[in-house]
Amino acid sequence: MMYAVEVFVTYKESILDPQGEAVRNAIHRLDFEQVKDVRIGKYFEINIEKTEEPIEEVVESLCKNLLANPILETYRYNIKEVN
Amino acid sequence: MKFAVITFPGSNCDHDIYYAVGTVMGADVDFVSHHETSLAGYDVVLLPGGFSYGDYLRCGAIARFSNIMPAVIEFAKAGKPVFGTCNGFQILLEAGLLPGALKPNAQLKFVCDTIPLNVCQTETMFTNAYEKDTCIQLPIAHGEGNYYCDEETLAQLKENKQIIFTYAGENPNGSLENIAGITNEAGNVLGMMPHPERAMEELLGSTDGVKFFQSIINHLRKVTV
Repeated sequence: MMYAVEVFVTYKESILDPQGEAVRNAIHRLDFEQVKDVRIGKYFEINIEKTEEPIEEVVESLCKNLLANPILETYRYNIKEVN
Repeated sequence: MKFAVITFPGSNCDHDIYYAVGTVMGADVDFVSHHETSLAGYDVVLLPGGFSYGDYLRCGAIARFSNIMPAVIEFAKAGKPVFGTCNGFQILLEAGLLPGALKPNAQLKFVCDTIPLNVCQTETMFTNAYEKDTCIQLPIAHGEGNYYCDEETLAQLKENKQIIFTYAGENPNGSLENIAGITNEAGNVLGMMPHPERAMEELLGSTDGVKFFQSIINHLRKVTV
């Protein structure tokens, strides 16, 4: 039994994202003035084998200790069981 | 008195700092590979600039898991001098040896320049050879040097006099309060974006880095006498 895990890491709301702003400005050049805000983040696809350790704890630990820098970033994830 | 320069895959200022300490300052210095697990016999650890592990994930994030890092952390916890410049600073932050984090430069440009710096504290093991209220010239070369920490951490940095270097002119990367270099609370771990090891000879435009390494040597002489 395996888990397919998707992790999304983005800057916290309080952190400015100059890359996102640069992309938003480029979008405005495409005449999509209705686009008001762009935030750029990272996306991970991770396959994890089922063990006795609860999967949420495994993913939390990965996020906190490596995938995100908690000083700047926040994360969320989706966990799906696969065969 | 012996210096260790830790080399990670992708370090590219390791030879600069080795030359600065070994040839210009005349001290004993070795390269220590990231594969090693011991720092026995060394008095100072230097983490060089560069792009360790290709800056994958975040600058310094992968280097933190190198074999040598538990020894570096132990060395730091023992109160011995640890210095990281540029990527070395990023690694020290990721390893939790210094507070805060570095973001991409606010203007999204890699900056490569020589800039004026305030030496804010001269009572440290890294700056004791500088005069009080000195302004020095050091090179910078980085894309992610935009220092950030929360308000509580900033208040602690100020209260404990952990802000050692600030940008004296235009802020080159958007860093909070013009911060260029900080120490840990104990004062034995220093990280900074500028490169003192590239300002060691008149020929290269500045010798303002010499007093930086002289400070560490002064400190060690005092400790060992």
